[in-house]
Amino acid sequence: MNEASTTSITTDDSFTTSAGKQLGLYTLYALLGLAALIYMLSVAAGNTGSDTSGGAISVERNSITITLREEPPQLDAGRATDASSFVVLAHVMEGLIGYDDNDQLIPGVAERWEIREDGATFWLRDDAMWSDGQPVTAHDFEFGWKRVLDPATAAEYSFIMYSIKNAEAINQGELPKEMLAVTATTDKILDIEFERPTPYFDKLVAFNTFFPLREDFYESTNGRYGADADMMLYNGPYVVEEWVHGSTMLWTKNPYYWSDEKGFLDEIVTAYITQDVNAKLNLFKDGQIVDTHLVAPMLPTAMEQRWQIDRVMDGTVFFLEFNHREDRVTDNLNFRKALQLAQDPTELVYKVLKEAGYLPAESLFPVWIQGVEDVFRKEYPPQEHQMNLTLAREHLEMARRELGLEEFPPIIFLSGDTPVSLLAAEYYQELYRQNLGLEIRIDAQIFKQRLAKMTSGDFDIVLAGWGPDYFDALTFGDLFASWNLNNRGRYDSEEMDRQVRIAQSELDPRKRMDAFGEIQRIVYDDVIVIPMYERGWSFVVDPRLKGFKRRSVGPETDYNYAYIDVSGN
Amino acid sequence: MWLYVIKRLLQGIVTVWFIATATFFAMHNVPGDPLLNDRAVTEAIRANLEAKYGLDQPIGTQYLIYLRNLSQGDFGISFTQENREVNDIIREHFPVSAILGILAVVFAAAGGVLFGALTALYRNRLPDYIIMFLVILGISVPSFVVAALSQLTLVTLNSAVGTTVLPVAGWGTILHMLVPAMVLGLGTMAYLTRLMRSSMLEVISSDFVRTAKSKGVPPARIFAKHQLRNAILPVITVLGPAIAAITTGGFVVELVFAIPGLGRYFVQAVQQLDYTVIMGTTVFYGAFLVFMVIVVDVLYGFIDPRVRLE
Repeated sequence: MNEASTTSITTDDSFTTSAGKQLGLYTLYALLGLAALIYMLSVAAGNTGSDTSGGAISVERNSITITLREEPPQLDAGRATDASSFVVLAHVMEGLIGYDDNDQLIPGVAERWEIREDGATFWLRDDAMWSDGQPVTAHDFEFGWKRVLDPATAAEYSFIMYSIKNAEAINQGELPKEMLAVTATTDKILDIEFERPTPYFDKLVAFNTFFPLREDFYESTNGRYGADADMMLYNGPYVVEEWVHGSTMLWTKNPYYWSDEKGFLDEIVTAYITQDVNAKLNLFKDGQIVDTHLVAPMLPTAMEQRWQIDRVMDGTVFFLEFNHREDRVTDNLNFRKALQLAQDPTELVYKVLKEAGYLPAESLFPVWIQGVEDVFRKEYPPQEHQMNLTLAREHLEMARRELGLEEFPPIIFLSGDTPVSLLAAEYYQELYRQNLGLEIRIDAQIFKQRLAKMTSGDFDIVLAGWGPDYFDALTFGDLFASWNLNNRGRYDSEEMDRQVRIAQSELDPRKRMDAFGEIQRIVYDDVIVIPMYERGWSFVVDPRLKGFKRRSVGPETDYNYAYIDVSGN
Repeated sequence: MWLYVIKRLLQGIVTVWFIATATFFAMHNVPGDPLLNDRAVTEAIRANLEAKYGLDQPIGTQYLIYLRNLSQGDFGISFTQENREVNDIIREHFPVSAILGILAVVFAAAGGVLFGALTALYRNRLPDYIIMFLVILGISVPSFVVAALSQLTLVTLNSAVGTTVLPVAGWGTILHMLVPAMVLGLGTMAYLTRLMRSSMLEVISSDFVRTAKSKGVPPARIFAKHQLRNAILPVITVLGPAIAAITTGGFVVELVFAIPGLGRYFVQAVQQLDYTVIMGTTVFYGAFLVFMVIVVDVLYGFIDPRVRLE
C-alpha cells in the first residue's frame, strides 16, 4: 500500500497507451472465458433445480406458482410438526373429516360418523382411493395411528391421540401398540374406544397426525417414508409429482381423488422457498407468484399498486406469560395485578406495532373461536379491562409488603429475537419503568434457547404465543392445566384444573362452554397471563385466482378450492 | 514437491480433526436444546427422541461414535430434516453454492485484476478516481443491501420492459445466476481491485521494470510479463480463502434470491441447534477451506518459480 514510491515514476503516455491496449485484449479474453464458463455452469445447474420462470398463473397449463415458507423437513403426516409441512399435507392427504371453505366440518374419507360418550365410529366412503388406485380402508387408519403412538416412531404430536383408550400407555412404552382401542371392524368401518369422553373428537381427527398410512407401502419404504416424492402415497386432491429438495415442488391433480369440489388446478408449483417478505413482494410484483403476505412498511406500495388487500386472523394469540414458580416475584398475585392494570394492549397494537391485521387481545380465546351457537366471545364476553394507574400502584405496594422487599429486583423479561417481539419487549420495558418504576431486563433469545429457558423457568415474564391445533376452544382452554407441559410458567390451581376437566369431557355443549367461560375469567382474575395481541395477516392475491383461502386453523395457505378465472369479475 | 503436498495434506487432516472436535464440544455447550419444539413433549416421547439421535449416551461416548462415523464419511441424519442424511443435504446443495461461488469468484478475480491494472495504469486520472470511488462503495455496502437493491432494480426493469428480462429470484437457468453471482462477488472484487492496484504500483517502480524499459522491451510485453505477472501474486494468495469465503458465505444472497444453496442450511442449523447438520456443514466447509489454502500454496510454485516447495 506504499504509494509514495510511485511518485518517482514519470508518467509515460506512449507506454500507457500500448499497455492499455494489452489490457483491453485481456479484458476481451476474460469476457470470452466468462461466457464459456457461464454456459458450462448453466448446464451443471440444470441438475440442481428446475426452471421456475413459468409465471404466477398459466392459463393454458391451468397451473399456479406459489412460495413455501420453509423446506418441509419431511412429509410423514404422523410426525409433521411445522407450518410448511401442514400446508403441503393439506393438499396431498385427506383425513376422515376435513374443513370446507367456511371452516365447517365436512366429510373427508369418512362419509358419516358418530361420536358417543365411550367411543366413536366412522363409516368410510367407497370411492376414496390412494394415488396408486387402491381403496383407502379403515385398516390404513388403524395402522397409521398405531404407528404414531409406537414409542419407536418418536412422534412429537402423539399426545393429540391420548383421548383414545390405552394411547398414552402405549406411547409411554407400558403397553404393546396392538392394545390401542382402534379397530377396523370391516374395510369400511373404523371403531374407536375412548379413554375418557371426548365430545370434540371429530375436530381432532381433521388434524395431520390422524391421516391414514397404508402398511404395505410404508414397509416398502424402509424407514424413508415421506422423505421424497416417490416415498409417499397420497389420498388428497393433489399428489407431489416432483420434489427437488430445498428448491421446488410440483403438485399435480390426483386422478383418483373422489370429490370434484376440490382440486380444480392441474398443477401447483412451489417454485420458491423463502421467508424473506421483501423477496416475496418482489416476486409478486414481477408476476411470478400468486399470493404473498404484507408487513406494515409494504402497505403504501400495495396501495400504490391498487392491489386488493385482504386480511385474516392467523389464529395465534400472544401474551405476557408470568413465571408462577414459588421463588419468583411474579408468583405474587398483587404484583401481577399491578402489571395488568398498568397496561392497555390497544396502545401496543395501534401505536407501537402498527401491523395491519393485528388485534389487541382481550382474552386467552381469540375472536374466531366458536361457542355453542354463536362466536364464543359473543356468548361469553371477556372481562372489561380498564387501565388504572392508581390502583396498579396500590397493588404494587401491597405486593412489596407481602414479599417483604425494600425494592423490587430487576424483572427478567424473556423475548424472541424477531423485530415484532423486540419492539413489544422494549415497549413494556419503558411502560413499566414509567408507570410503576420497575426495572425490566430484556433477555432476547433465538427460538430454541427461548424455549429452553421457558422450560427450565429461567424468566419472570416471557413473551409467548399459542396457535391452535384444532377448531375447538379446548386447543386454548387446557393450556394452563397443571399437567399441561406447555404451561411453562407452571401455573397451578385446583379451580383451573377442575374447569379444564369439565371442558375436556362434558357432553352437554352448554355446560362445556360454561367451563370455557370460567377459564376465561380465571385467566383474567388470577392474571395467569396478560393477553397482548391476536396476530393477523394482510395479504394480496392475484386477481385471476379465486377460491384461495388463508386459514386460522389448519394449513396457513389453502389452494384446495382455488381456481383460475380470467373473465375479470 | 510431492513430499510437500503430502505433508500439507496430513497437516490439513489434523486441522479438520481439530475443527470437528472444537465444534462438537462448543455445540453441545450452547444453551438450548435441539429436541425442544413449540409443543412440549412428555418424558416418554422425549426419551424416544433422545434414543433415536443417540443423545442418551454420555457426551464422551457420543464424541467417539461421532469420530468413528466421521472417519467413514457418515455425518448422520439431520434433526430437523428428519428423513434426510446430512451427506445428501451436502451432496444436493453444495453444488448450487459451488456453481454460484465459482461464478462469483471468477467475476471477482477477473474484475479485480482488470480494474486493478487499469487504475494503476491510469493512476490519479479520471478512470482511477471513478473506479476507486466504486471500490469504496463495494467494500462498505453490506451484501444484503446490494442484494435487495439489485432485486428491486430487476423488478423495475422487468415491469418497464413488460416481460421478464432477468428472473427476480429462483434457481435453474443461467439467467437466474447472473445477478446473484455479481452481488456475491462484488465485495471481493472491490477488495481485489485495491490489492491489485497497490501491488501494480509497487511493481511499476521496481528495478527490473526500469531495466526492461531501458533495454527497449516493447511496452505491451513489459506490462504483461514484467508487471502483471509479478503484481498478481498477492491476489492469488488471497484468492484461496476468498473462494472458500464466497462459496460458504452466500447465505444472505441465497435467502434473498431464494437459491437452494448450502449456506441456508449452514445458518439455519445453528439457529435450530440441528447437531448433525452443524457438524456436517462445519467439517465440510472447514475441510474445503483447508484444501483451498493448500491448492493455493501449490499453485504458487507454478506461478512464481522463486517459490520452492520442499
